[in-house]
Amino acid sequence: MVSIRSIPSTPSSLTYNDLPWIIEHREDRCTLCGRCTSICPTQSLHLTYHRQRMPQLGILKKKRGSEYRVFTGIRQSTSLEHRCTGCGMCSMVCPNEAIGPFPNSNDDRARFHSHQKGEAWKRGGRRNDRHSLLDQLSFNRISMLTDPALDAGRHEFYLNTILGRVLPPEEYIRRQAAGEWIPPTREIFPFIIGSMSFGALSPNMWLGLLQGVAYCNEVLNIPVVMCTGEGGCPPWVLKSPFLKYLVLQIASGYFGWDEIIRAIPDMQCDPAAIEIKYGQGAKPGDGGLLMWFKVSQLIARLRGVPEGVDLPSPPVHQTLYSIEESVMKMIQTLSMAWDFRVPVYPKISGSTSAKAVLNNLVRNPYASGLLIDGIDGGTGAAYNVSMDATGHAIASNLRDCYLDLVAQGKQNEIPLFAAGGVGKNGNVTQNGMGLIMLGASGVHIGKYILQAAAGCLGNEKNRCNVCNLGICPKGITSQNPKLYRRLDPDQVAQRVVDVFMGIRTEMKKIMAPLGRSQSLPVGMSDALGIGDEPAARRLKIRYVC
Amino acid sequence: MCRLAMKTAAEPFSPYTVLQAMEAMQEGYDGSGLGLLLRGMNFADFNYQAGEPILSGIAHSEAALHRLNQMLQDRGFTLKYDHEFQVRPELIEAKDRHKYFLRVYKQPLSWKEWSREQVENELMLTRLALREDGLRDNDLTVFSFWPDVAIIKEVGWPLQVGDALGLADNRITSRICMAQGRQNTNYGINLYACHPFFIQGVGTMTNGENTAFVPIKEYLTGLHRPGYVGYQSDSEVFAHILHYVTRELKLPLEAYKHVITPLKTEELEKHPQGRFLRGLRDACRRMIIDGPNCVMGSMPDETCLLLMDTKKMRPATIGGRPGEWAMASEMCGVDAMIPHRDKSLDFQPMRENTVIVPAHRKEFVIWSQFDPYPLHRAA
Repeated sequence: MVSIRSIPSTPSSLTYNDLPWIIEHREDRCTLCGRCTSICPTQSLHLTYHRQRMPQLGILKKKRGSEYRVFTGIRQSTSLEHRCTGCGMCSMVCPNEAIGPFPNSNDDRARFHSHQKGEAWKRGGRRNDRHSLLDQLSFNRISMLTDPALDAGRHEFYLNTILGRVLPPEEYIRRQAAGEWIPPTREIFPFIIGSMSFGALSPNMWLGLLQGVAYCNEVLNIPVVMCTGEGGCPPWVLKSPFLKYLVLQIASGYFGWDEIIRAIPDMQCDPAAIEIKYGQGAKPGDGGLLMWFKVSQLIARLRGVPEGVDLPSPPVHQTLYSIEESVMKMIQTLSMAWDFRVPVYPKISGSTSAKAVLNNLVRNPYASGLLIDGIDGGTGAAYNVSMDATGHAIASNLRDCYLDLVAQGKQNEIPLFAAGGVGKNGNVTQNGMGLIMLGASGVHIGKYILQAAAGCLGNEKNRCNVCNLGICPKGITSQNPKLYRRLDPDQVAQRVVDVFMGIRTEMKKIMAPLGRSQSLPVGMSDALGIGDEPAARRLKIRYVC
Repeated sequence: MCRLAMKTAAEPFSPYTVLQAMEAMQEGYDGSGLGLLLRGMNFADFNYQAGEPILSGIAHSEAALHRLNQMLQDRGFTLKYDHEFQVRPELIEAKDRHKYFLRVYKQPLSWKEWSREQVENELMLTRLALREDGLRDNDLTVFSFWPDVAIIKEVGWPLQVGDALGLADNRITSRICMAQGRQNTNYGINLYACHPFFIQGVGTMTNGENTAFVPIKEYLTGLHRPGYVGYQSDSEVFAHILHYVTRELKLPLEAYKHVITPLKTEELEKHPQGRFLRGLRDACRRMIIDGPNCVMGSMPDETCLLLMDTKKMRPATIGGRPGEWAMASEMCGVDAMIPHRDKSLDFQPMRENTVIVPAHRKEFVIWSQFDPYPLHRAA
């Protein structure tokens, strides 16, 4: 039967009421300056003509009926491609508070139509789940008796952690006496800027982070390190003294490693560490994905690829047959590249098999640590389903691994680092210290640093999340100079410094009442409590109510 | 907070004199326990021969005592001397004290050919077996089984416990006496929670609380060494770390402070052996204590030591004269133990110091963590 075409409705027709974000526009305040329409990253806003009925109330007049007014107004697009993402840039630029997006309290019908042209929905950002177990942790073992709480403001605190393999004491002494190789270690701040690649981030963002990190190290004596992610980093950085603040990542695409290997003879110092990425919490089983529109001339040069092509990294390292083999080969090869002076550690996605990987590393004399990235981790681009539903929460995964090491008397010999959802609701220090007390030697933060240091607009209610499209309205994850020029690297650096100074103070505020100041309270699970009984049982911490 | 008093003298003295010092410091404890460690034993009623193991503990029932006798007999020990305390039970709070035992044994003949290490391990294993046996019905408590060392622990006020056991009668004297008046903190009143703690000749006692207790306990337990058990008190780890550093790692005594309270990175960078010590700090980071604590200890060769944690919020004083030295967590404790001394020579260690009284007792030595570390001995 032929369908009626007079009613404009296709299966995927949506109204503004079906979209996750509804733009509220106040015509009475709008001056039609056009700033909102020009800044909208998805071109959701458009100027259009509207007709308004003007009722005639003059009852004595002979002429009946209505008059109509035609005016220019703003409307939101109902096509999925140009849907409003709720980023709110329109309200940020509006001089008259005339416009802004609001979350739709109705069902989000748009979700059911996201597979247009057979392509599953992809996005950047986060998992969009406000729940955080880490937020529920509280620090309960307050020193009240013979061990008075300390003065967080005046007492001296040792807040750093160790990245790198630590030998058992007997073995350390034996090797010292015999003059044998001692695995390299780094003393670093336990909050690490997690791996975000030079291609995923804009040059201004990356520069701002690096400037901030350098300031933290060189002026404030906070030894912060940041991880490059896959894709290398600019040659001038490789040959600069700032390299020592960087953890260079190698992932399955090996992007950027030509430049790195070529720069080794000219390096002034060693990098902080090498991270081998096997998996990522946000999209386990997926490799990195840099969309073609983010592969600018600079990125193409760094990665040694043509400009404007999609750069998907394979899900696994193509040279390997199993992780055991990979661990042996890659860790040794990369250790050898720097003459065994640089810690090399793998990063895996949170998984029920994490313990097996860990035990494999325990027996590998060159492995320097293990980073486990939980399901709440962020990413620049991934399939919706990967981000939402694939992976393992970090808390229990980390705890299991730590307790496994405790049973072997090997805790912190292979330091465990945790990531994925640290600070997702803004409680970065509380989340991080919670994980440390569950057994992590440190935590990686990604999304939090973008939000805090660069004003990333994303949140756990699916706001913005267009990092994959290269249209980041703040210029954080775009390679388009028109966009990233919005971001001032100096201001980012300033915010990075603010963040780490804040974390440092908050760490003291957590440690002081616990009576801890001499070492980072790794595994101090007696200090932790949670109001969720099954979680307390699972994590082997105290249930408090 | 617990109170600590320790005296070391060339001439054996009665532990009662140390208990009197505890009395001088009595504001600081709540009568939840007294612990005494005597070293360099001398019995008025028995001619003690060096090297003979002394078993200290409490049998809470006749059956337990019987089991103890049987177990030691089965292992080939012969009882040589059984010290009879002049007990006044009315002064003791607990009612299940069948017998306080302090006995000298002759070790099995078959051990004659054994190396010293073998003998020492077997002595520890025997103590642990007795302890485990006693824990089954909580009717037998064993504190030590070691040559030249006796330990007495009891719940109650120190002087009252001393009177209850007739310690003023001078029948037991020793060259070293360590005493702790316990202030009960987080952990239940338990005889095994009383200091001093002892393992294979190494004895320590501590005041204050070690807030890094749980991770350290987990680490020591994970080493799966037979003696690293217990941990009814957060302070037991101090004895085990000292044992681990000196006996297992075979490091000099100076290393102990570098392990439990390492120097800061910037301090190590200026230290002549900074690289080694930084590596040691990393390797032993799981044993870094987080006080505030004052630690007093004694070693098998009668060397005594005194040190503070890095926060130095638990000051302690050492004073005395050649031949006899006293340490106490309060200055009045030193006064009570050795009143006639040159007080201007008293010393309160700083955060980097370890005070050592060598076995000759002619003087005490002050070590600093900033001093060069004896690397040749480390190897």
